[in-house]
Amino acid sequence: MSMQDDYDVLVIGGGPGGLSAAIKAKELGLRPLLIENREILGGIPLQCIHTGFGIHYFKEDLTGTELTYRLLDKFEELDIDYYTGAHVTDFASVSYLEKKVRVITAKGILDITTPTIIYAAGARERHAFDIRITGDRSAGIYTAGEAQTMMDVEGIMPGREIVIVGSGDVGLIMARRFALEGAKVKAVIETMPYPGGLLRNVVQCLYDHNIPLHLNTSVTRVIGKKRVEKVIISQVDGDLRPVPGTEGEIECDTIIIAAGLRPYLPLLESKDVIIDPATGGPVVNDYLETSIPGVFASGNALVINDLVDHVLEQGERAAEGAYTFIKNKGLPTVRFKRMIKGKNIRLIVPQYLSGDKDAIIYARVIKPMRDIAVCFPEIEKKINLPAVRPAEMIKVKLGKNEITRSKNGIRMELVHL
Amino acid sequence: MMKLKVIIVGAGVVGASVARVLSQYEKLEVHLLERKPDVGWGISKATTGIIHPGHEEDPEEYPLRAKLCVRGNYLWHRWVKELDIPIRWPGELMIALKEKDLKNVEYYWEIARKNGVPGVRLVDNEELLKLERNANPNVAGALWAPTAGIINPMKAVIAIIENAVENEVKLHTENCVSGIKIENWKIRGVETNRGFIEADLVINAAGLYSDHISRMAGIDYVIVRPRKGEYCVFDETAYPKVRRILHPTPTPITKGVYVTTTPEGNLLIGPTAQDLPEDAKEDTSTSKEGLDFLLKWAGKIIRELPSKSKVIRTYAGLRPEPPDGRWIIEAYDDPWGFINIAGVRSPGLASAPAIAHHIVESLIKGKFDVKLVKKKKWIPYRKDIVKFRHLPREKQNALIKGNPAYGNVVCMCRVVTEAEILEAIKRMKKIGIKTITLDGIKFRTFALTGLCQGSYCRIRIAKIIAKKLDIPLWSVTAKGKGTEYGIGNVKVLLRNIPS
Repeated sequence: MSMQDDYDVLVIGGGPGGLSAAIKAKELGLRPLLIENREILGGIPLQCIHTGFGIHYFKEDLTGTELTYRLLDKFEELDIDYYTGAHVTDFASVSYLEKKVRVITAKGILDITTPTIIYAAGARERHAFDIRITGDRSAGIYTAGEAQTMMDVEGIMPGREIVIVGSGDVGLIMARRFALEGAKVKAVIETMPYPGGLLRNVVQCLYDHNIPLHLNTSVTRVIGKKRVEKVIISQVDGDLRPVPGTEGEIECDTIIIAAGLRPYLPLLESKDVIIDPATGGPVVNDYLETSIPGVFASGNALVINDLVDHVLEQGERAAEGAYTFIKNKGLPTVRFKRMIKGKNIRLIVPQYLSGDKDAIIYARVIKPMRDIAVCFPEIEKKINLPAVRPAEMIKVKLGKNEITRSKNGIRMELVHL
Repeated sequence: MMKLKVIIVGAGVVGASVARVLSQYEKLEVHLLERKPDVGWGISKATTGIIHPGHEEDPEEYPLRAKLCVRGNYLWHRWVKELDIPIRWPGELMIALKEKDLKNVEYYWEIARKNGVPGVRLVDNEELLKLERNANPNVAGALWAPTAGIINPMKAVIAIIENAVENEVKLHTENCVSGIKIENWKIRGVETNRGFIEADLVINAAGLYSDHISRMAGIDYVIVRPRKGEYCVFDETAYPKVRRILHPTPTPITKGVYVTTTPEGNLLIGPTAQDLPEDAKEDTSTSKEGLDFLLKWAGKIIRELPSKSKVIRTYAGLRPEPPDGRWIIEAYDDPWGFINIAGVRSPGLASAPAIAHHIVESLIKGKFDVKLVKKKKWIPYRKDIVKFRHLPREKQNALIKGNPAYGNVVCMCRVVTEAEILEAIKRMKKIGIKTITLDGIKFRTFALTGLCQGSYCRIRIAKIIAKKLDIPLWSVTAKGKGTEYGIGNVKVLLRNIPS
């Protein structure tokens, strides 16, 4: 690996969103440099020893670890430059076509010059303070990802009696993971009236292990002088507010917060990038370019994805975007069309379409619905779907010809059949 | 000549300050006793951190508070420089929300005049908004006290103790006093969980437990009640912040909810004021009501708050409240050698250096008539752990060249390097801390205090501690025994299942 100080694209983050971007960039003939903060490449899937990874991308049902090694093999084959144990602290747009990026490494401070950046730093987990759990700040409270790192990377056991807060896939999988190691999983607590994760995970992770799921319930308070001793739970009303008089308690020594992820964006936020409050990630066009020209985003730093396949796809899209940016000296688009959220649509990514090419739209719904059609009235497109759920992303491909039918915005909405 | 043995009970900001001042003198053997694994974990940990100017202490009602606060503010200006303690001196605005509050504001101006607090004056709404753009434009006016500062109280306690230990004070952590030995009306020493320690003087700076310690010396009229204060802190990326220290005109119970920006750049709101029973000295739980109360009050004082979703932490601390609000700072003839520093409620932090000088001048030299001679070689200076993040590129590069651990950013939110964490461990060991905790690292480096609240870096820091101390990763604690990170190897529960 011969290191230099100018590259075509600097990829921030060595998880799937960054690896696939760097791989694609190299395949397109660009010179990428990848920066990863951890000591090893691979990101979070590396510690996911359960299956469900890469069904679309590799056409196989792999564990996260297996998927990561497939990617890393490809990455190494292409001889892509990278730094691990490094941290991007700052960047400046010197001109429209030049960015200077500052990287802290064990070899010193690097100043890299590049026309494009792909930001793929992933997500952070929502923690106990994010979800407003009050009471004591006892030991024994972990986010799901932290607990997973403890168990499956470092080989240590967090606790004995577990309460899991949140029934998304991560919460469900951690419930099973704890049960398999002999811990007593006392409950999975979910504020919504339905589980957040995939049905197959509810069955395989909870029912098969006799783990109770409490819906319409929230954890309001932690009690524990040193370590957690118990949690206070409460029923919630239609607005998800605790109902007085419905409190109960569960004795436990461990609380796992599996309350979802948020795109991790301090670097971009410090540059006043425009954020979509719905995704918590940057607003992007279909090149996955953010509001900062030449800065692209992919993976969970862009939008919280349900499947790693989407992350990989976004990495490739961002690399293609960077390629177009470099070849055209900026994107060729004259006017972007805005995606408009219709009824029961919580988020749409990308938020703007160029109409220069076919586009992939990712969306999530607010509430589950059955027998519906996804409609784009302005471009007269309609796709029937048996069901939609908040946990699952809707992915729709819009053709270039379809997109250009609209002059302004394109509304996406759900209608009952 | 025999050394005079002094025991200070409690390594909070007051005990630490007394230790530092005593460390300037020859022929003293100073022992600083702390029941917790680290210093400053009592009241000091959760004070707002304001170095008050002294315009809120009525000199007729609280003469000691008034005198020592004004002097303390003055002394802190020197101490922060000697000890390299992060501080801002933004000045304080006491805000009159309504026209009727202006009378109250004038009362405090009068106190400022009586106490000789520099620069205090009334400002109208227009000037208020010039001083603080983010003040609520609909308030009546304010009292401007330009000498107010804000400090990180934990950084302050740590700095003072590092300096005191450098000057031969001996710190004993995880040391719990169980009795005081008195013979012939004279102090002989203290009984602790780690054995008996001889002493000629015992200085009680035990904070919430100063009533317990006082009773051990036979002085049983000291009562200290816990008053809970909840706080909420926003992430450093949350805007708008405030430039000044803001609070409404005080009530008899509290100086009110403060809105301020910490030296580390976090918007901080608090405290609440809730009186707890005398024995609830460990109840630092937070509540939904507390947070709502804080946000409601902050909304009255300032124009705009960041989004509630940017609150990254809520916490609570206890203040020691004496029944009549008066500090109990006294030395006794019976038993001779015993000194109480009890019920030091606000402005205790602001006054701490002055309290320490008062103890030495008026009580030890004065009342006890102990002759003290200054050391020839006292070291007034101490440097903080280098803050890699805020250094210029050339210095960063030079540090990495000398030690590649500076090039390893462990906490991404706060940009804290491995070298800073290792340095914190080294310094904890140097002052005599027996248990290296995650909280200890947190208070010294600000790792774990960012957006992710440690969900990313806690395990990385625990690994550094485990490696350095050669202990199992799971046994690293957050705050000492009973707060271990894990329970053992990942198979520990399966091995215990009977086949």
